[in-house]
Amino acid sequence: MIRLRQLAVCYWLQLKILLFSPFEGFLAVVFPLMFATAAMLVYEVGGDPEAILYAAIGAAAMGIWTSQTVSASTLVQRERWAGTLELVVAAPTRFSLVLLPITFAMATIGLYSVVATILWNWWLFDVRLQVENWPLFVLSILMATVTIALFGFLLSVTAVRYRTSWALGAALEYPGWLLCGFVVPLDLLPAAVLPLSWILAPTWAVEGMRASAAGESPWLDLAICGLVGLGYAALAAYLGVRLIDSARRDATLALT
Amino acid sequence: MPSRDPGRTVARVPLTDTPAVQARDLRRTFRSRSGIWRQTRSEVEAVKGVSFEIAPGELFGLLGPNGAGKTTTIKMLITLLIPTSGSASVLGRDVVTDVREVRSRIGYVFGGDRGLYERLTGLDNLRYFSELYGVPPREQRARIGSLLELVGLTGREGEKVEGYSRGMRQRLHIARGLLHDPDVFFLDEPSIGIDPVGARELRATIAGLRDQGKTVLLTTHYMFEADELCDRIAVIRSGEIVAEGTPDELKELVSAGRVLEVETYGVHDHVLDRLRVVPGVRSVVVEERGQLQVLVVASEPGAEVTQPVLGGLDETRVGRVSHRDPTLEDAYVELVTRTGA
Repeated sequence: MIRLRQLAVCYWLQLKILLFSPFEGFLAVVFPLMFATAAMLVYEVGGDPEAILYAAIGAAAMGIWTSQTVSASTLVQRERWAGTLELVVAAPTRFSLVLLPITFAMATIGLYSVVATILWNWWLFDVRLQVENWPLFVLSILMATVTIALFGFLLSVTAVRYRTSWALGAALEYPGWLLCGFVVPLDLLPAAVLPLSWILAPTWAVEGMRASAAGESPWLDLAICGLVGLGYAALAAYLGVRLIDSARRDATLALT
Repeated sequence: MPSRDPGRTVARVPLTDTPAVQARDLRRTFRSRSGIWRQTRSEVEAVKGVSFEIAPGELFGLLGPNGAGKTTTIKMLITLLIPTSGSASVLGRDVVTDVREVRSRIGYVFGGDRGLYERLTGLDNLRYFSELYGVPPREQRARIGSLLELVGLTGREGEKVEGYSRGMRQRLHIARGLLHDPDVFFLDEPSIGIDPVGARELRATIAGLRDQGKTVLLTTHYMFEADELCDRIAVIRSGEIVAEGTPDELKELVSAGRVLEVETYGVHDHVLDRLRVVPGVRSVVVEERGQLQVLVVASEPGAEVTQPVLGGLDETRVGRVSHRDPTLEDAYVELVTRTGA
């Protein structure tokens, strides 16, 4: 119970930090809309309503992916610059439990981007999502948000050891769009890269979103998505201890 | 309690069976690599076998110039760095193997502007760290309130930290470090950059911690601060402890005689070299005070060096000449500037 309270309070305070930054707030508002606009303009050329719907759903997930991967990989660096990294590591709370509420605060910002993208597409491109099963569609969005948050959690844990790991987020942003099949069907990708797509939870989450929108069962996709997400969490918890020990051994916690 | 230089170790307060902090032959080497194609590796031995003990309730000072190994030593004691060799314990718990137990019983505060969430209020910063340090929810409100009172931030806790002055930030740091009522408190240059009034208030707060029975390890560059606050002091230079004792013992250790101060204008290095070999002179340090240079000459006990020193300054314009008792700063400067000591 106390642990839950700790996670909730830390989540709320970290969300406050994210919301109070005018510059980051501006980027969080504008970026997903720009990505969605670009995707819709490309697909609109073909004039195929199914393809436009495909792109609209994928564009919604793109925003979460971008906000999570970029922010999560810079999370530790931000703590480093603020001088708080050593303090949170020196706290008796496990480091992974320090990072978890921060990544979920970021995921909340990502969730906004889904809603904003859907509304933007509706307003600007007159794309009305035809969703057969709204509850499962919303569940799929939440699964996408949570599992991308867990992926961000894994990224931020691994980032503690390396000073320049913030660059990882930027490097993952665009390949992730392709590998997760947000705006390009996975069938178009070379078979060799498909295993990479399968180990990315958002691939399954966005499949779940599309299945529930089409009135098909999303449960298998969501189950795989959940399992992969749990895998991220387990790996992050395991690496968290080892990488912090490694950082203590190699004195990389305080480097700015 | 071993020291790197037993000849300079002086008497210290008796210790209980279990010291609050114990460091034994603590060493830390930093390794770095540079270059991509042809990598070159370098090693810096920042702490070279430091040993000391701090008794429960004692306020212990660790003094030394920049890069001497103070912060590295503290970081090993607070579990942020793993020693390359040697061992250390806090309240009987090993800092490498009993990490969580040590962390739950220590507080850590460092000087400077960083270490706080700028976009949160002072109160929210304290709430956040209360959660991370496991302060029971029912106690948090009262605990935060009393700490805000202690550090003089009551009424300002609702403001964002980005609007705080450096002194206010430092006081908030102290409050943060005390949230979980730690038994041992590590203060790494807490008064750096604080104005005199703020520094005085901070010293009063630190003295209050000792009065409450807390064990404190303090590093500082301000000798009067160490002199006023510390029960015992260790001077660290180039990663080694070169002296240890009470402030008075350190003063006597270095210069039992008096200190000669000579105001000069435009003294040259070759003149200083000449003065340093005057019989009875232990050290000559130049303090720049605007256009004025003050030669601080420490002498051997019983040596009369005034005339020989003034005689050696015949090419130099000389102002006021005075004598005074040695201060802790004299002792410190001599200890950290000695060659081959």
